[in-house]
Amino acid sequence: MWIYEKKLQYPVKIKRPNPKMAAAILSQYGGPDGELAASLRYLSQRHHMPIPEAKGMLNDIGTEELAHFEMVGAMVHQLMKGASIEEIKAAGAESWYTDHDRATWPGTGTGVPFTAAYIMSKGDPIADLTEDLAAEQKARATYEHLIDLADDPDVIDPLRWLREREVVHFQRFGEILNKLYEWKDSKKYY
Amino acid sequence: MRKDQREMILDRIRAYEFAAAELNLYLDSHPGDKRAINDFNTFVKQIEALKKEYERLYGPLLNFGFGPNADQNRWQWIDDPWPWESY
Repeated sequence: MWIYEKKLQYPVKIKRPNPKMAAAILSQYGGPDGELAASLRYLSQRHHMPIPEAKGMLNDIGTEELAHFEMVGAMVHQLMKGASIEEIKAAGAESWYTDHDRATWPGTGTGVPFTAAYIMSKGDPIADLTEDLAAEQKARATYEHLIDLADDPDVIDPLRWLREREVVHFQRFGEILNKLYEWKDSKKYY
Repeated sequence: MRKDQREMILDRIRAYEFAAAELNLYLDSHPGDKRAINDFNTFVKQIEALKKEYERLYGPLLNFGFGPNADQNRWQWIDDPWPWESY
């Protein structure tokens, strides 16, 4: 089961509302390479992993991604909270306001809802870990795009931290993929 | 912006928890690394002590019975601020 810990993994303290940046960052909440997709991908794939290292890694990174989902949600919330109607109109966020007021919602800033079509759980450990490596790189690239778009240090700081986690996860998944190849080879020869 | 005492303890918990999480992931793929296990266990002790201090002052950090409600008269879990509101 999961227990809630009443704190963010890394602090998010944004003072200035910015609906335009909120719409961009929402993609990491409920978009194709976002934290929700990452978490659900790993937590689904863990069931069919053949070696303890792979089960542990997918379980634990899947759990950490939920903490990142929470951080991104906090960023979006703080960027929308207190935004005036004028700011929302100037940011082109009228459709967000129409459907959600200033609420956080798992989709993209252009209104595309979250879908499980973003993720795969193939049942083949090597295929799945290879997808996971690509997923971490795509998330890293997305964070770099967001950092390019951001100008508020309160926004850039947690984005940089989240980007760094993608790099670490990529490294760890690479180690697991190597172990899965070893496992596959050992099956062949015995 | 001045940080209050609560935020300062949380920052320390965050720092140790981050180190423990990093070691946890590392150990998932290097389960035989004795030095890393030793470091991990050291951080676990620090986290336990800091959490105990936090919960004595501010109520449970974790729900569902993983932290005590220090106040005998009032349920502290629902106290503001929640993590997404910390500004």
